[in-house]
Amino acid sequence: MLIEIPEFALVLLVGASGTGKSTFAARHFLPTETVSSDRARGWVADDETDQAASGDAFDIVHAIVEKRLKGRRLTVVDATNVQPESRKGLIALARKWHALVVAIVFDLPEQLAVERNASRRDRAFGAGPVRRQMQSLKRSLRGFQREGVRYVHLLRTPADVDAVTIARTRLWVDRRDESGPFDIVGDVHGCADELERLLADLGYAVRWDGTEVAVTPPAGRSAIFVGDLVDRGPRSPDVLRIVRHMVEAGTALAVVGNHDDKLKRHLSGRAVKATHGLAETIEQFSGESPAFAREMRDWLDGLVSHYVLDGGRLVVAHAGLKEEMQGRASGAVRSFAMYGETSGEVDEFGLPVRYDWAADYKGKAKVVYGHTPVPEANWVNGTICIDTGCCFGGKLTALRWPEMDLVSVPAARTYYEPIRPLPAPASSGAGGIHLDIADVLGKQAIETRDLGIVTVREENAAAALEVMSRWAVDPRWLIHLPPTMSPAETSRAEGWLERPEEALAYYAGQGVREVVVEEKHMGSRALVLLCRTIEAAVTRFGVAGGERGVVMTRTGRRFFSDPAVEAAALHRVDAAMAAAGLWDELASDWVLWDTEIMPWSLKAQALVERQYAAVGAAAVSGLGALADALARAAARGIAVDGLAGRTGRRLANARAFRDAYNRYVGPFAGIDDLRIAPFHLLASERAVHADKDHVWHMGQAHRLAAADPALLVATAWRGVDLANAEATRDAVAWWEALTGAGGEGVVVKPRAFLARGRRGLLQPAVKCRGREYLRIIYGPDYDVPENLERLRRRGLGQKRSMAIREFALGLEALHRFVERAPLSRVHQCVFGVLAMESEPVDPRL
Amino acid sequence: MFIRKTSMLLTVTTTHRPATDLGFLLMKNPARVHEAELPFGRATIFFPEAGEDRCTAALTVEVDPVELVRGKGRGGGIEEQYVTDRPYAASSLLSVAIGRALGTAMSGRSRDRQALADSPLPLAARIDPLPLRGGGEALVRRLFEPLGYAVAAAPVPLDPAHPEWGDSPYAAVTLSGETRLAALLTHLFVLIPVLDDSKHYYVGEDEVAKLLRKGEGWLESHPERELIVRRYLGGFRSLVRAAGAALDERVETEAADEAEAGDSAEEAIEKPIRLNDLRIDKVVETLKALGATSVLDLGCGEGRLLRRLLAERQFGRIVGVEVAPRILAAAGDRLRLERMADLQRKRIALLQGSLVYRDERLMGFDAAAVIEVIEHMEPDRLPAFEAALFGHARPGAIVLTTPNRDYNACFESMAEGAMRHPDHRFEWTRGEFEHWALGVASAHGYEVRFEGIGAADPARGAPTQMGVFTRC
Repeated sequence: MLIEIPEFALVLLVGASGTGKSTFAARHFLPTETVSSDRARGWVADDETDQAASGDAFDIVHAIVEKRLKGRRLTVVDATNVQPESRKGLIALARKWHALVVAIVFDLPEQLAVERNASRRDRAFGAGPVRRQMQSLKRSLRGFQREGVRYVHLLRTPADVDAVTIARTRLWVDRRDESGPFDIVGDVHGCADELERLLADLGYAVRWDGTEVAVTPPAGRSAIFVGDLVDRGPRSPDVLRIVRHMVEAGTALAVVGNHDDKLKRHLSGRAVKATHGLAETIEQFSGESPAFAREMRDWLDGLVSHYVLDGGRLVVAHAGLKEEMQGRASGAVRSFAMYGETSGEVDEFGLPVRYDWAADYKGKAKVVYGHTPVPEANWVNGTICIDTGCCFGGKLTALRWPEMDLVSVPAARTYYEPIRPLPAPASSGAGGIHLDIADVLGKQAIETRDLGIVTVREENAAAALEVMSRWAVDPRWLIHLPPTMSPAETSRAEGWLERPEEALAYYAGQGVREVVVEEKHMGSRALVLLCRTIEAAVTRFGVAGGERGVVMTRTGRRFFSDPAVEAAALHRVDAAMAAAGLWDELASDWVLWDTEIMPWSLKAQALVERQYAAVGAAAVSGLGALADALARAAARGIAVDGLAGRTGRRLANARAFRDAYNRYVGPFAGIDDLRIAPFHLLASERAVHADKDHVWHMGQAHRLAAADPALLVATAWRGVDLANAEATRDAVAWWEALTGAGGEGVVVKPRAFLARGRRGLLQPAVKCRGREYLRIIYGPDYDVPENLERLRRRGLGQKRSMAIREFALGLEALHRFVERAPLSRVHQCVFGVLAMESEPVDPRL
Repeated sequence: MFIRKTSMLLTVTTTHRPATDLGFLLMKNPARVHEAELPFGRATIFFPEAGEDRCTAALTVEVDPVELVRGKGRGGGIEEQYVTDRPYAASSLLSVAIGRALGTAMSGRSRDRQALADSPLPLAARIDPLPLRGGGEALVRRLFEPLGYAVAAAPVPLDPAHPEWGDSPYAAVTLSGETRLAALLTHLFVLIPVLDDSKHYYVGEDEVAKLLRKGEGWLESHPERELIVRRYLGGFRSLVRAAGAALDERVETEAADEAEAGDSAEEAIEKPIRLNDLRIDKVVETLKALGATSVLDLGCGEGRLLRRLLAERQFGRIVGVEVAPRILAAAGDRLRLERMADLQRKRIALLQGSLVYRDERLMGFDAAAVIEVIEHMEPDRLPAFEAALFGHARPGAIVLTTPNRDYNACFESMAEGAMRHPDHRFEWTRGEFEHWALGVASAHGYEVRFEGIGAADPARGAPTQMGVFTRC
């Protein structure tokens, strides 16, 4: 006997004690799939037959069943399950998690069970309980369907039981093995003319022969219809003909829409109101044969609620589908997929008020749906409604997958007047105000494509919450944060803390053949996120404040306190993007640049005055006074040479410290004093440019800089072949010249943006700072030999580990944004970077 | 953050004749260089001048470079860490050096010149440079002038290359007067750390007893006694470790200090009317009148309102929500949650949360108090706050207060256009607040009424404005 079981289901083994359920379960299911009440009794009471422990034992059974069903795992309950009340709680769990319920009923002869129990020492309870269980079972047999059990399999003899083979079948909705490419078509509503034109535009050949239609798709492609094929438009029967033909020919899939379902009920003879365009369809059907109506009724009846496709990356459902319902089956799933969720209220037009599930969507799969007409299809949190109101005179839209291109044809005319006007266009970031604290607080494990799971510690997340809430820019802008950067290993050369040899050796030692050495500007790291238009800011980022971008610090704060300066800077970068031809080349409405902004004192003026200048003032004045006093003592012949010598050297260091910070202090009166040095073109529409090497990034940065040299700085750089000794010597000499002239230092990067060595991801960049610059960081006297000796013991391990994790999280955030993932999934990564930054690490590194 | 040796110099000069007696009093031969080892470095005493008319002893401290990497404070990220200054600890160290190197002289004993040690002498002490954090030159005068010194302070400019930056928080300070050497040294010993404000290092256990001992005979009647005691004892957090070599820095972030300074600035502005107390009274009264039994305090800070709510039996379930972990911990301490009786403890919970994220835990409350919170939020985050509180948590009522900008002109100490707290991102006029509140209420199905808190000015309204939102 073959028993087919959906691969996601709740399987109840039903039968009296001694009917062989546990043996059956062990033969057909994994031990981890089987939840046994006997075992649960054993856990709570050390005795699998202790009936007094049943209450607690079933709590455990229910808890395990719920967790498994939540995780979409087949679950078998091995308990007697003979009474409706014992099944009720389990069936409720199945309903909650949208699992089909299967009962396998062991309706075996009573005598057999009694005998089997008698032969087991731990079941010496006689025939009474078994008889009562058998009676309960018999009474239950007819009620299973009513209780919510979808499939019942009866086993009446031991031979039946032995003969069972179990086949697991995938759910109808499960088409994860189909990856397209697809052309997903929005609500057609009887607009066959537009459908034919759209299909033609998409490369499908549509040929009519009387009432027979044949559609030939372009090679390799197939179509998916999001439902609502009928009503309102002029040619509903023809639309059904086209779609049914394609589905049956295997060139299309179709999910059920509420109008399709209602037509099916009408065709089945049920009394439905002929409203919302059904009357037109009925009228059109009056010209068709009864056989056609029957065929269509049966075909419509077979449409499924939704499909999960392309490895789980794509979900198509008429009215959309919440993550917890995807790939599952229940009445609730079907209802949501057809109608969405309504609050029970009606609006001023008498139409139901819909729950905006897309605003809360955080699922991994993209959801493509229709049902609610919108003027323009637009992504919201990884979901897109492609019902662009064709029957209302809008257009018929298709989404190409995986390309995510939109293709549409305008309606030839208005076929039906809408009851309420189409809503304003939705925007991508509408979910921005729906971030949930549970997605960021507490320990988080974030899956990144470049580094696997990155864990964010609970206390770090707690620390980041305040920064994110009180200082960060609107999270809809915050699609990336840059990683921290580690210095080179400490130099072994006498009198030096950092030198480029170590940075080059690090990459050479990891098997990197070519590095890029870039001048490090003494400014402040900043991300420049710019939209080409204010409209793009609204549609792509969901930020409707009239801004077209933002300049932010490496901790996600707004860089400029003066909005006018920010706007002016963005305007100039935009003009440079246009002049350099970058907007057109990138074919993007937005761009994200990683930059350094100068002067340093612009962001750091308070710091310079409060810390550096104060230290310099105290040091110079105190040491100066001390040097005077020592000079007077020396003049008296007192032997103060040692102290006087030390004091003189320290006074010189204090003055050098002053000089060092003063090199980076510049006046700032406005945009004319601003300098922006771009160095990574991180992302634009459809692209995270981590797949291009740093030569490309420098090339783009130089093109941009050339377009507005007054504002934009072209960073000096050179490629270095690490196998070429002369080239590395030249690079070192360049660093010496740069830092000798007061430069901050250089950054060394592997040529590839994302480089891997023997032990995984390499540092994306390593900095190598100049001797005088380090005086600002480590203090005036850092290079006195005894101090240098102590500083050499600095450890880089934690800083480097953080840099790699932050790098992976930052890139993951960009990938997710570019792939139009829900905002919460982008935010989670960015939040992770910020959380990592609260880790205590020596800030001088 | 820096490895640095302190560059502090203390000189003591007398014009008593013979001035070289100073050497006897200090028990240091003016012809020699004297060194004393300290737990954290070395003190050196030498005499730049030693004549009959005038003799000067100089004490300088060289501190062993110690790597001091501060603990992470509030989540400013590396950027803040990197850029935050740490004040010189030198002045406290100088105190320690006085105690170690000149202890006998400070105690007033002298082997060879006891009579002289007991007599007032013309003395001048010069500290180069003295940090003037938290009070400036005026405080130096308030501390030393009552003790009979003439005070001269020459401020040190921040950077001669940038005259526009003004003066540094340091000055070369000279104190002169007729006094016993021991008294001068004792005054310096106690008051230098006071001037350094809260960054104090101590050796030994009983600092209170030490202060009482050192302060004997002058501190009791000093007009600034309270400030001296508070500051001298206030910063006790650090230890000189038993090993003696490593000096540990007091772990407290500058940012926290600033926030406190900000809070006290706001209090100082609003002080004449004890606005904070009035506000809390009014909020509690409003919540009671609303009949609420479960109450959220969003942005509960250190728990002032929570404490008042606990005192009212009507409130059976009180939840304080705060975004900053360390403030939340402080609230727990202040409320003594650990020691609270079970019955009481069950009524209250503290949560870390944020007003701009949705939070399931905040659903199902009768009322929420949002007291002086929204003005600390960036205006572009307000929609997220509205959606999270009015749209998602949806308490039955929301009591929200914020400063009334119209009233600011009534605060005499406020500059025009200034805000009451450095962290305020905006302060609204009554019109602006009402416009916002009415919009939010209608968008989310609430009704709102407005009240003022504090004595109202006929033209400018009350200092605080309150909106009471009730769900329709």
